[in-house]
Amino acid sequence: MSTVETTADSHDEHDDDHHDHGEFIAHHFDSAEQQFDSGKLGIWVFLVTEVLFFSGLFVAYTLYRYHHPEVFVDASQFLDKVLGGINTVVLLFSSLTMAWAVRAAQLGNNNFAGKLILITMVCAAAFLGIKAVEYSHKWDLYILPVSYYNYMEGYHPEAETGGIAGALNISKWLVTLSMLPLLCLALFSAGALFMAATGKRLMAQFMLALAIMMSGYFVGAFAGQTYQNWHEANLAAEEHAGDHGHDDGHAAESATAGPDSTSERPPQIGVFFSIYYCMTGLHAVHVIAGMAALSWLYLRCLKAHFRPDYFGPVDYVGLYWHLVDLIWIYLFPLLYLIN
Amino acid sequence: MTDSHDHDHGFAHPVSVKLLLSVFFSLVFLTVLTIVLNDLPLGSADIVIAMMIATLKASLVMLFFMHMFWEKGFNVVAFLSSLFFVSLFIGFTLMDTGSYRDDIDSFPEDKQPAPRVPRTAPGVSSNDVRPMPPATLVEGSISPLAKPNPHVRL
Amino acid sequence: MSATPQAQKLFGHAEENNYLKCSSGIKSWLFTLDHKRIGIMYLIGVTVALFLAGIFALILRSELFTGDENFLTEAQYNQMFTLHGAIMVFAFIIPSIPAALGNFVLPMMLGAKDVAFPRLNLASFYLWMFGTAFLLTAMLTNGLDTGWTFYTPYSITTTTAVIYATMGAFILGFSSIFTGLNFLVTVNTMRPKSMGWFKLPLFIWSLYATSIIQILATPVLGITLLLLIAERVMHIGIFDPAYGGDPVLFQHFFWFYSHPAVYIMILPAMGVISELISVYSHKKIFGYSFIAFSSVAIALLGFLVWGHHMFTSGQSQLVTLVFSAITFSVAIPSAVKVFNWLATLYKGSIKLVTPMCYALSFIFLFGIGGLTGLFLGTLSTDIHLHDTYFVVAHFHFVMVGGTLTALLGGLYHWWPKMFGRMYNDFLGRVGCFLVFVGFNLTFFPQFVMGSRGMPRRYARYDPEFEIFHQASTIGAFILGIGILLAFGVLVHAVFFGRKIGGNPFGAASLEWQSSSPPSFHNFDHKIHMNAPYDFGAMVYDEEMDTYIQRDFVTPESPEVPAAEPTKA
Repeated sequence: MSTVETTADSHDEHDDDHHDHGEFIAHHFDSAEQQFDSGKLGIWVFLVTEVLFFSGLFVAYTLYRYHHPEVFVDASQFLDKVLGGINTVVLLFSSLTMAWAVRAAQLGNNNFAGKLILITMVCAAAFLGIKAVEYSHKWDLYILPVSYYNYMEGYHPEAETGGIAGALNISKWLVTLSMLPLLCLALFSAGALFMAATGKRLMAQFMLALAIMMSGYFVGAFAGQTYQNWHEANLAAEEHAGDHGHDDGHAAESATAGPDSTSERPPQIGVFFSIYYCMTGLHAVHVIAGMAALSWLYLRCLKAHFRPDYFGPVDYVGLYWHLVDLIWIYLFPLLYLIN
Repeated sequence: MTDSHDHDHGFAHPVSVKLLLSVFFSLVFLTVLTIVLNDLPLGSADIVIAMMIATLKASLVMLFFMHMFWEKGFNVVAFLSSLFFVSLFIGFTLMDTGSYRDDIDSFPEDKQPAPRVPRTAPGVSSNDVRPMPPATLVEGSISPLAKPNPHVRL
Repeated sequence: MSATPQAQKLFGHAEENNYLKCSSGIKSWLFTLDHKRIGIMYLIGVTVALFLAGIFALILRSELFTGDENFLTEAQYNQMFTLHGAIMVFAFIIPSIPAALGNFVLPMMLGAKDVAFPRLNLASFYLWMFGTAFLLTAMLTNGLDTGWTFYTPYSITTTTAVIYATMGAFILGFSSIFTGLNFLVTVNTMRPKSMGWFKLPLFIWSLYATSIIQILATPVLGITLLLLIAERVMHIGIFDPAYGGDPVLFQHFFWFYSHPAVYIMILPAMGVISELISVYSHKKIFGYSFIAFSSVAIALLGFLVWGHHMFTSGQSQLVTLVFSAITFSVAIPSAVKVFNWLATLYKGSIKLVTPMCYALSFIFLFGIGGLTGLFLGTLSTDIHLHDTYFVVAHFHFVMVGGTLTALLGGLYHWWPKMFGRMYNDFLGRVGCFLVFVGFNLTFFPQFVMGSRGMPRRYARYDPEFEIFHQASTIGAFILGIGILLAFGVLVHAVFFGRKIGGNPFGAASLEWQSSSPPSFHNFDHKIHMNAPYDFGAMVYDEEMDTYIQRDFVTPESPEVPAAEPTKA
């Protein structure tokens, strides 16, 4: 078993806080700097693979936009600039806290780095909450990938009457999407209580942080839904105010006036939403993966692992997180801002 | 940027809080700017402007949040090379697909529009609701794709 | 031999402390982070995949012995060639040389203790296992009949297990990315300070170029297959023309990966050959920097030629012309390599031992494979040859005649290092001969058939092709026996081979400075830096029955002439 023992003594194995030199240097590296440089190059190369992974979707986007610009103009009006803009700012803010956390880790300030990472985690979850509101709203209107796309002008989904959706007056899809976060929230809260009861302070703190992260999702979903309700009330008021309520504010409807304009829309409009769901969905998967990585960092901050000569993991996860932000920076104008 | 190297931290180069905050506020400003510009009638230039602003934002994130400003040259080249290959990918593909695009656009019209699955949830039980192409697609079809396939299996 | 104190001083005393013996039990293998053990596990894995897909090949060839139905229906035949292709490409050829041989040799050539990310290395191996398991699941459930290329729109409509297979290829892609990423970082950061880029062995250069392709191209395969799965599950209309999608776009996506991927398959083989040719000619490699840069050039040019797979797919004429022109340019770096190998052989002291036999047959077969590629890159001839057996033969000359031959040669070359035992050279050469003859008998008739219009992927054929098909089938069985014999000789050597010293072939690259088999940390002593092809620095020591560095020859011991070891 000496193989396992001699090589596995690097990152995760050690138990507590004796800080002898080179505690986290894996046996095959000569120095902390060599280890850091290797990790740094590794993560940059990994980001290259991520860029190329997304490139396929950007190619598909470019082609369909190039060949059918009118469809894209038409379709993007279904996307709400305000929600998209808020999400952009949320992600930018999480990038700020992440970059700041890297600084704190470089200075060896584990406590502060942990707090900043927790804010980043909450922002990530809030981003997903807002995204869930956007998704569920579209699903209500049957704005779906091309084979299921069945939007009809002037269609308003009936308000839910039963269950949680009815009680909260929200879309049943939003309830469905929120089930998993709710389950996680319950599990993490229970875990925090259990850990606290059994006297494991560190794990209790960690579980609490996870629960706080999950509640970020609900903050995001609540904020998004509130905006959505307000927005729809506005639209309805406008519709009542004038005969041609369609004309102002909602260019999609003005673009295709008439009650049964579904048939007039080119079939490719569904392809736009296919691409939209692929791009944002894949991005959301990356956000979720980022949340997992950030949680791991938070735990290590609690254990006070980071020092000026060992902060690599924060830096690497930070780079990944900024890439997720970078991709959103491009997705936002490409999907939401088409005129 | 001078204050980022004010202490000796070995190979760590902490970025000053002031710089981080100013980058963040520039990013927020640019985001608001791009939304505002989007409402102005700029014609076909809007995509160019939007992408330029996005690139500016991306550069800010890369240079300062991702520390590319202080990064080893090799790593910068490695990362930026990915953009070259993406543009290669987009460029060649775009150059080609235009020539036969009309055939693809007319395909559903030639054959009837693609059937839609009414009023079902996305993703659920797709095995059962795979839209059946209409019969005209099957008989005398020009390609095997039009074969009916009621049961998509894993 | 290794008992002598001087041998211990030079190669360490790993007899009892080598990587094979330093720990035992199944867990010490399954959870190992040691690059050497992961390399061995990969080797076992890819060999199993090779034999499995090889059996499929033999079944295919048996079915094709006559033009009528023998024992496979058309549908079964389609499934058989698809699985042969998919398993060979994704589970065998792509990981074979980099992940099995490269994992073992690369860190040692750099004088490093391990790759940069040992955990990632192990993860890569387990992803390989999972991916292969998915491919096998596809085989055992509904089969797969799309061909290994998964072309739309057929792959959207067929009832076979496309999703399992694409998931398998997707996972195998990530395995490949992790290996590439690991190697690239290892070469950059783990080598000694005194080892500049131009002191790297050429095998490292080729693996480095391979890593670049793996990193840049394989993610595109990932997204392609994900979109294909999405297309199949919920018809997103990106590739499916029934919903406004573009089926040719799938081919662009697929070949953006898969053309560079054929260089993932061949570049490491070229690296192996560069080592073998120089070691067994006992002569400094000719044109080191040309070979090194030609690897990188092939890797980069590989990204510019994918459209030559689509000449008949409705691609626009302009793009077709551009791709055809760039395709020819790939011939330049490939030819540079071949010429340099030939120049290395010239006036070298060539030893026709088994690895060298494989290396020479590589040059011959790769030459044919490469030159026939020019016919396929030419627009006018490709219209005639497209989708015929000519393509099949070309591809197999490069992939089997090239990569498999190089893998066997590399295994024979590094086997004594891996297990500390010498193989039976005579039987090794017999195996090589059978592989060479069987291979040519299998695939040469296919060039003739293809140029006469025999289409690929057909289960039935006209009587005029029967003679070629029968020759091909007989050749395939000879090839199969040859490969079996080759592996049999190697396995025999592990248990019954003669024990040998650290550097039995007089090679100058660093991995030969360790004991055979190497110790757990690869080197027990300080590495003596020398140029990888400076064979003059090595002298044969009769007492230890191995080559040692001239600098280590102590003044009192009599100078041993560098020439003529009794056994190779």
